Amino acid sequence: MAELGRAALLLSLGLVAYAVLAGAHAAYHRRRRLAVSAQNALIAAFATTIIAAAVLWTALARRDFTFAYVAQHTSRHLPLGYALSAFWGGQEGSLLLWLLILTGYGALAVYLNRRQRELIAWVVPVLGGIAVFFAFMLSFVSSPFDTQPAPADGAGMVPSLQNPYMLAHPPMLYLGYVGLSIPFAFAMGALLSRRTDERWIVMTRRWTLAAWTFLGVGQLLGAHWAYVEIGWGGYYAWDPVENAAFMPWLAATAFLHSVMIQEKRGMLKVWNMVLVALAFGLSIFGTFLTRSGVINSIHSFSQSPLGGWFLGFIVVVTVFSVVLIYVRLPLLRARTRLESLLSREATFLYNNLLLVAFCLTILWGVVYPLLSQAVRGETRSVSKPYYDFFLHSFGLPLLLLMGIGPLVAWRRASLRSLGRMFVVPFCVAVVTGGVLLGLGYGSSLPGLLAYTFSAFVAASIVLEFVRGRRATGSVFRLVARNRRRYGGYLVHVAILLFAIGVAGSSAYQTVRQQTLAPGQSMRVAGYTLTYQRLDSVRGANYTGFRAVLDVARGGSHVATVAPGENLYPIEGPANEASLYHDPRTLGDVFTTAQIAKGNVIDLKVLTKPLVNLIWAAGFLFVFGALVALWPDAVEQRRLADRYAAAAA
Amino acid sequence: MTAALVLGAVLALVVVAFVARPFLREPAPASDDLVQLSEGERRRLELVEERDRAVAALRELEFDHRTGKVTDFDYREQVGPLRRRVAEALKALEGGAQAGRERKAGN
Repeated sequence: MAELGRAALLLSLGLVAYAVLAGAHAAYHRRRRLAVSAQNALIAAFATTIIAAAVLWTALARRDFTFAYVAQHTSRHLPLGYALSAFWGGQEGSLLLWLLILTGYGALAVYLNRRQRELIAWVVPVLGGIAVFFAFMLSFVSSPFDTQPAPADGAGMVPSLQNPYMLAHPPMLYLGYVGLSIPFAFAMGALLSRRTDERWIVMTRRWTLAAWTFLGVGQLLGAHWAYVEIGWGGYYAWDPVENAAFMPWLAATAFLHSVMIQEKRGMLKVWNMVLVALAFGLSIFGTFLTRSGVINSIHSFSQSPLGGWFLGFIVVVTVFSVVLIYVRLPLLRARTRLESLLSREATFLYNNLLLVAFCLTILWGVVYPLLSQAVRGETRSVSKPYYDFFLHSFGLPLLLLMGIGPLVAWRRASLRSLGRMFVVPFCVAVVTGGVLLGLGYGSSLPGLLAYTFSAFVAASIVLEFVRGRRATGSVFRLVARNRRRYGGYLVHVAILLFAIGVAGSSAYQTVRQQTLAPGQSMRVAGYTLTYQRLDSVRGANYTGFRAVLDVARGGSHVATVAPGENLYPIEGPANEASLYHDPRTLGDVFTTAQIAKGNVIDLKVLTKPLVNLIWAAGFLFVFGALVALWPDAVEQRRLADRYAAAAA
Repeated sequence: MTAALVLGAVLALVVVAFVARPFLREPAPASDDLVQLSEGERRRLELVEERDRAVAALRELEFDHRTGKVTDFDYREQVGPLRRRVAEALKALEGGAQAGRERKAGN
């Protein structure tokens, strides 16, 4: 069966290589049949990659340990779901997932836009070029189809990966990472074909939004996974691999905003090309960080031969993008200018500058230890205070801008109208800040600022809906006539909830640790935890213990928690945190326990107010993104007429 | 091993046929040129985009005025130039279309 997988991968490589060569030749010499043939090759590459993927999934399901990959990442006792998820649990499988999604996305994008032949003719070789890299790596550098004499059992899966989030978090992130290839390919296709009008933006608008949504949801799932699984009570550690997913998301966020300025004003054409290339480059860089093993992270695999190849590919992508944008600069000149620094366009621009500055400071934080190791041979690390400083420096103004933007008119706003629009949100913010200070929340300045700014943003968005409803007669009509804008506002509310959750759970958390014997209690932030007993547990592929504790508040029992540890015979021990979600504070009582001696435990308790707003924000984020993504028939007719009219 | 090789070979044949399909379907087409917009069509597309932007800007201004983001004074000051821009875009588009019709008639 491994031979079939290898053959399918070789076929994929041949097909995407053909898509590059034949596609570029056809586009350059304007050969219609050859261009269609190259498109077919890209579509066929998806089919052959599906076969390769099916072979690997079958081997994983059957625990066929003659596949080295299967033996390295599964074991006989590993439940089937986790065995199947081992597809993306290792380096080779992850690369195959990249190729599978890339060829799938590519085939769909080409099929849906097949009538736009002039542009698609150049998009195909660009997508093919990206696919060639991954197909080559899979065929000759890091194959999931290497075979060996079958061992008695496999090495199993790392215990922290044996979590339901393993089924969703990595594929979701990959759908986002790889999704950024589509706007990149269309942007480069537009430059190559000299079609720098708005068509490439119109064709990729939803792709970009979908990729950005997947990336956002993927990160949130990862954050929740880390929170419930790893046992340190946090959800984001500025780990380089976490940052690797955050950076392209920030660049794509900037792009989603600035592209609206190009659509509305015909400005920022060069900037948009730079952003789309940056977002794609960072998605490749993210894959490089995870797969190369150049950094120590919970996410990264051991040292691998991929690093040099990935670096080479990143250099090729960067040089290709920079040269192409530079050569086509005359086509990207804007005919209009920013009319006023007090306008909606200007707030978008400020938002872009902050997002990109934040993205680049994170990039520097990730790259600096690598450079310091490579150049000076010194091991340096960039830690939380560095990132927190820039999170506050850029994040708080960004939060404030989310509230300012909706209050400012397009083109230019007068101070008189601004004064009138700002008065309510400003008052709401001042009152909120004052009340919080009065309640004693001034202990954390960033926390206080975050809440005050959040009140400003919330008031501004609510007002925007109220005024819009007054103007159109109903909220439904208001949203329906501009789904992108109002879907965007819902996403802003989600970001707001997220910010409130982060500020509450980090700035105002309480941490206590104590050794307890059965019957003893500990008090933390108004809760009393009483240790009852130690229970043994047994799962499908592990044994372990649970320390059963009663949680009381104000003298009344509110919950029972049972933190403990699982012991996996092959893979080793893993912490099992236990949480009480308090509806009163929208926060958690987070507990972990380790055996100190006999029945005596070391108990660690964290109270994290408002942390559940972070996860609630995820649902609103998806809903807002869906509203923005939902097809608008009127808009689609208008665009269809536009491009039909051009050819009339 | 043999079954895998046979399957691989069949797969290869199928994909080669699919890739070669455009040539198999049209062995000798009347034209094999990839459609490309002419200079005139490109210019027209630019004008259509400019018209759409001008119309959208006018709509935005009216909506911002209705929602109170733009005062009456600011609205009166901005609406004239925007209406002129829409009219100019429409005129340029009509002029381009007229020139196109004349070129076609001349041919």
